Amino acid sequence: MSNTHAPAHRPQDLDDAIAGGVGESPLRPDGTLKVRGDFAYSSDLWAENMLWGATLRSPHPSARIRSIDIGPALRAPGVHTVLTAADVPGRNLYGLKDIDQPVLAEDVVRYRGEAVALVAADHPETARRALDLVEVDYEVLEPVVDAELAARDESVPKVHPGGNTVRYQPIVKGDPDATADVVVSGTYTVGMQDQAFLGPESGLAIPAEDGGVDLYLATQDLHSDRKQTAAALDLDPELVRMTMSGVGGAFGGREDLSMQVHVCMLALRTGRPVKIVYDREESFFGHVHRHPARMYYEHGATEDGDLVYVRAQLYFDGGAYASKTPVVVGNGTTLGVGPYDVANVSIQGWGMYTNNPPCGAMRGLGAVQPAFAYESQMDRLAAKLGMDPVELRVRNAISRGDTTPTGQVLDYPAPVAELLRRVRDLPLPEAQHPDTTPDIRDLPGGASNTTHGEGVVRGVGYGVCIKNICYAEGADDFSTARVRLQVVAGEPLAMVHTAAAEVGQGVVTVQQQITRSELGVERVNIHPNDTSVGPAGSSSASRQTYVTGGAVQAACRAVRERLLALTAERYGEPPSELSLAGGKVVSASSGVLADIAEVLGSEVVEETREYHHRETFPLDEQGHSERAQVQHAFSAHRAVVDVDTELGLIKVVQLDCSQDVGKAVNPESVVGQIQGGSAQGLGLAVMEEIQVGEGKIRNPSFTDYLIPTILDMPPMNVDVIERGDPNAPYGVRGVGEPPTISSTPAIVAAIRAATGKELTHVPVGPEHVIG
Amino acid sequence: MRLKLNVNGRDMTADDVWEGESLLYVLRERLGLPGSKNACEQGECGSCTVYLDRVPVCACLVAAGQAQDREVGTVEGLADEEELAPVQRAFIDEGAVQCGFCTPGLLVAADDLVNRVPDPSDAEIREALAGNLCRCTGYEKIMAAVRTAAERNAGTGISESTGGDRE
Repeated sequence: MSNTHAPAHRPQDLDDAIAGGVGESPLRPDGTLKVRGDFAYSSDLWAENMLWGATLRSPHPSARIRSIDIGPALRAPGVHTVLTAADVPGRNLYGLKDIDQPVLAEDVVRYRGEAVALVAADHPETARRALDLVEVDYEVLEPVVDAELAARDESVPKVHPGGNTVRYQPIVKGDPDATADVVVSGTYTVGMQDQAFLGPESGLAIPAEDGGVDLYLATQDLHSDRKQTAAALDLDPELVRMTMSGVGGAFGGREDLSMQVHVCMLALRTGRPVKIVYDREESFFGHVHRHPARMYYEHGATEDGDLVYVRAQLYFDGGAYASKTPVVVGNGTTLGVGPYDVANVSIQGWGMYTNNPPCGAMRGLGAVQPAFAYESQMDRLAAKLGMDPVELRVRNAISRGDTTPTGQVLDYPAPVAELLRRVRDLPLPEAQHPDTTPDIRDLPGGASNTTHGEGVVRGVGYGVCIKNICYAEGADDFSTARVRLQVVAGEPLAMVHTAAAEVGQGVVTVQQQITRSELGVERVNIHPNDTSVGPAGSSSASRQTYVTGGAVQAACRAVRERLLALTAERYGEPPSELSLAGGKVVSASSGVLADIAEVLGSEVVEETREYHHRETFPLDEQGHSERAQVQHAFSAHRAVVDVDTELGLIKVVQLDCSQDVGKAVNPESVVGQIQGGSAQGLGLAVMEEIQVGEGKIRNPSFTDYLIPTILDMPPMNVDVIERGDPNAPYGVRGVGEPPTISSTPAIVAAIRAATGKELTHVPVGPEHVIG
Repeated sequence: MRLKLNVNGRDMTADDVWEGESLLYVLRERLGLPGSKNACEQGECGSCTVYLDRVPVCACLVAAGQAQDREVGTVEGLADEEELAPVQRAFIDEGAVQCGFCTPGLLVAADDLVNRVPDPSDAEIREALAGNLCRCTGYEKIMAAVRTAAERNAGTGISESTGGDRE
């Protein structure tokens, strides 16, 4: 590395000695560092002579910039530089799909919170105060705030010169005008949810002697960040070196750039290390959110409960910049009927530009919103038919060999009916004996002592979902792994190097497990993630165990091949007869031949491999594709909810989940993903909504944007089944997203069962359930 | 101003502290103890929980000057050199750590609980940790970790506070 000085507190090699291969649940290699407080998160980094960066953001959702005067800010003591759009060295645009977002605003601002200017100073407070001294003259414009109106009404002002539609996608299957005996329809809305990862955006940039820059940061995808950052800095990507530091959660919110270009610009301009750390309020403005949606649904069925058709129009508010809006429209429409076999489908999806906060990736991308709608519709249909909601779902459940609305045949297990039956059969909470006094802490309102049980009603509800795993619609989706095997201190040691972002999900543990299983060695170190190895793609779409797992498996097998060839040379046994286990090379005929260490000697065996999953293809104008998505995952939830109908207080009493994970590479981590994902779905169901009024976020704090606490999250029964996907490494199926999707409709269904209210918006608030 | 305080059993001094700085800022940026985390800076998330004279507080809400001549205990002081504290061991063993950003604050809050209450009920655990947000785990494994730590504590007879006076 060519930086002049590396940060004092820097990303560590993970070298804890922990045993356990694929299918076991070894502990995390970063666990000890994390519980000691020694794990180097990006916000913890520090370098000698370091300055602090801060970002001036637009107070208006839509305005023209007449002028910017940086003079007063520049003259403030302690301020080292002030930068604006004119200082962006290269392309003043970036983006994940559409390259449409300025690094720093030029002539217009399109959302409240858009970055306008940067300051570097010797103390974070000095930098923040200097922001107030930057004088920006705005001509305030009327913001575009209604996505559906923007889609329907040509007279709505254009947020971008090319128009307000980011993506329109229809899906047609069978007869789009089919009719049925029993029809239910409804309009459903989903509020804007925040990823609310706990570690705010941060990075430390260190200018290098070769004119480049080293950036230590928290992100989901180093190579995507580097590509966009290098273009904005007008530097060769090789000169923009990125190293992953500790990531305090992500959930989609770190897919887009935030401080990356900004902090590098400040470092290159001042010639000093610069650190930017957002506070919580800035974090709400500094990353994209989950798309709010308005969805019109109509379901037709026979009197017996067989679905005949589903028609829907989905409007997604993408906010000011495209981010992942194209993918949200793709996922939302293709998965818009849910995990059901439906002969006739007509769905249209719009992803729109507005002057609302930009929306992009969040766990369950594009599948969360329609799941709330289609599952609400299934309950409505069950009620109209007088059928049990689980039976109606089981009757229509998609299964292996069925065809999706895009014309894709599911050529892997799709145990939707099984999951529904299993979650229904999990134990329910024990009934309270009528004579005992309930513990008020178990009731809605809890220790606030608002009820002793009077006015409290209970309901049970179900939800099931489908989510595509990995990138889709023709994206070349791959990951890279470098595995090195050598003898260190007399023992074989494997070093695994990938760029796969460890954001908490445990991909570091999984990589160690795969390496131990493939190479039969105990000691496996994880090299810090950086851009000196090939891309891994993003830690998103529940894809890292699939693609980086596949890459590590492939690299290990290449290393193994060379090791076995060495053995064959020396011992005269054909490689086909040899295997690796317990640190030894074993022959099928003559047993243990030698220690791996002995065979290796001073040899260093290193191999790098890419893993590409099966090809996918774009949708055509009718939304057809032989294979739009490489894999689908399914989960089912059952919720038990108590509601105090006098005060409108809701208490989720129990939340249970059955999920198919293909192969649980680390069973305990799988359960952890399901529990955590379910909690985020609970948040959307009853707590979490970014309140946007006239384009402005009204609640950018954890005081006003509430996420579940340990008091809100109930006990869970988690039931994991493994119906392996023959196309995926080890049969794995993505795990992280589905539980976030099916938990929300299950909880709302339970509230409906308790209260009899329609509940067409999430999150459900007190005003929806009172009376 | 000059600030003198005792952190994790050691007397420490920080110079040139601006009056507006919080105890959290001083710990993280001036004393080389970044274990306590800043996730909300308004006392909502608990990620910066530390002991102040053996009482858990949000370090972001304590003005640096308020810590003058007082004892502070942080996550870095929970372990006895090589030996992890029972709550630290239990958080690893039970899988209660994912991204780990909430972990330092939760550990201090949990350490306080298991040392105050020998055999906490689930309701007591939830109440004690209600001020600590975790976005990754859904809290189930945190519950398991605190139960395990309490059981192990009972097994060893440790029950006095291990907060600011460690070492």
